[in-house]
Amino acid sequence: MLTKEQIKHIANLARLELTSQEEDLYQEQLSAVLDYVDKLAKVKTDEISSLNKSELVNIWREDRVVFWDQSEIDLALSQSDTESKKIKVKRVLN
Amino acid sequence: MEFNRLTIQEAREKLDSGEISALSLTESCLNQIASTNDRLNAVLTLCSEDARKEAIEADKRLQKGERGPLLGIPYLCKDNIMTKGLRTTAASKILENYIAPYDATVIRKLREAGAILLGKTNLDEFAHGASTENSAYGVTRNPWDLDCVPGGSSGGSAAAVAADMCLFALGSDTGGSVRCPAAFCGVVGYKSSYGAVSRHGLLSMTSSTDVIGPITKSVGDAALVYQVIAGEDQYDATTYSGERSFALSSGDLKGLKIALPKEYFAKGLHPEIKAALENVKSEFEKAGAVFKECSLPHTEYGVPVYYILTPSEISSNLARFDGIAWGLKSQEAKDLQEFYKKSRGLGFGPEAKRRIMLGTFALSAGYFDAYYKKAQSVRNLIREDFEKVFKDYDLILTPTAPHPAFRIGEKNNDPLSMYLEDIYVTGASLVGLPAISVPSGLVDVNGKSLPVAGQLIANRGAEAKLFKAALLWEEKIKIAKNNFI
Repeated sequence: MLTKEQIKHIANLARLELTSQEEDLYQEQLSAVLDYVDKLAKVKTDEISSLNKSELVNIWREDRVVFWDQSEIDLALSQSDTESKKIKVKRVLN
Repeated sequence: MEFNRLTIQEAREKLDSGEISALSLTESCLNQIASTNDRLNAVLTLCSEDARKEAIEADKRLQKGERGPLLGIPYLCKDNIMTKGLRTTAASKILENYIAPYDATVIRKLREAGAILLGKTNLDEFAHGASTENSAYGVTRNPWDLDCVPGGSSGGSAAAVAADMCLFALGSDTGGSVRCPAAFCGVVGYKSSYGAVSRHGLLSMTSSTDVIGPITKSVGDAALVYQVIAGEDQYDATTYSGERSFALSSGDLKGLKIALPKEYFAKGLHPEIKAALENVKSEFEKAGAVFKECSLPHTEYGVPVYYILTPSEISSNLARFDGIAWGLKSQEAKDLQEFYKKSRGLGFGPEAKRRIMLGTFALSAGYFDAYYKKAQSVRNLIREDFEKVFKDYDLILTPTAPHPAFRIGEKNNDPLSMYLEDIYVTGASLVGLPAISVPSGLVDVNGKSLPVAGQLIANRGAEAKLFKAALLWEEKIKIAKNNFI
């Protein structure tokens, strides 16, 4: 069973503000899910690598900057406050 | 004639011969949406004016003599795929007013092919779910029984195809989200091999399993749409190079070896679905296929593996929703940290938050080995299970869902029970294999007929065999069509 402290810690790491009802609800629900996924502990995997053995290979390309087209850039920048074509954010360092 | 009820192949003939125009086909679909969407809530955003313009363009191309498989064909697109200039919400409040700045690669390809985008369909928020009940814009109702879910997460797309709002729809399948709603809505859903179709422009959920796939009225239509949207893409490094097209052939199945994994036919499977698949098996045997029972011993670990890996990748992929360059912005935050927490806390729905938290936990210091690393190891065991079976067999036949569509609200308070819906579909997702869901019968539930389906899984590269068997299935097993008005 996850503790309240763990729930608060996870919510902080995930940058999520939760109400206290949400904290209670998720504590219960997440604990139930973790109980269920714990059945994986029974599987013997000592010598098995966890590396993804898919058929994916690394793809390389030239280190070349390719710009979006202007209409895409305009749309992308139109959804936040901007100043001199840069997106405004709150002060990062206090 | 209600042209919106045609399949792509039927419409193709009529468009090419000039019997109908792309514009009249589009109007027919728009009329159907107008008259059924209040009941179904399948469509979130409509772009009727643009659709009419695209239809007129398609008609010009047809008149000039141009021909193509999807030229003039109207479709709907799941709202987690970027469509330039059009609202794209992922069915979340956090993107309520977000306008996609670019087209996903699949959308660009469909535009070039002359297909006509009608609008965006409902889904479980960020594709998290198996019923479309997690949408922030209301549930979509199943056309076969309005009190039932259409399945998820591509429920809007599946309901729209079943209700003839369009001639095909795009969905995305990460752990069953094209196949499951296709099964619940009595239509065809195809999840191709991982890497066959570009994910560029798909709002990422589980980057290592996400696949964009077609939901269609027929198997032939699914093959057709797949071949238009598939392709290597410079913007998606997980797309493989090489040929994707294949010849769609019908005919007997002589020499085809099909495996029946015993773990997929055990307790928990609705007996009428089992019976329907016995039917499919006997039709396949009449056509010359040979069946044998096999084992996929790590089947019971598919869902737990999926529900560690998926939330982990989700927690990473959803970190970009920070209120800065897009999405909901908290007006009350005093500083940057609070801004992130309030914007995200407000904007994400409960299932998204649950998954972000599960994933954050599974990846956190002290737990990473026990959860994430362990899940990846077991994933490799699941992969080996499938590899062993494909040494001796061409295809695997399984159910798609354990039961027909359930009632809206039935699983609301039990996230775990919802996760178990994925029991037969996660395997193919975790291993990146092509899999198709095909309707296999109707089951009576509370006086209404609900569709059920089965699934065929093939090895990577074996699409031709997969579709050959699926075509025969569709030919031999006919489901009475339900024409919703």
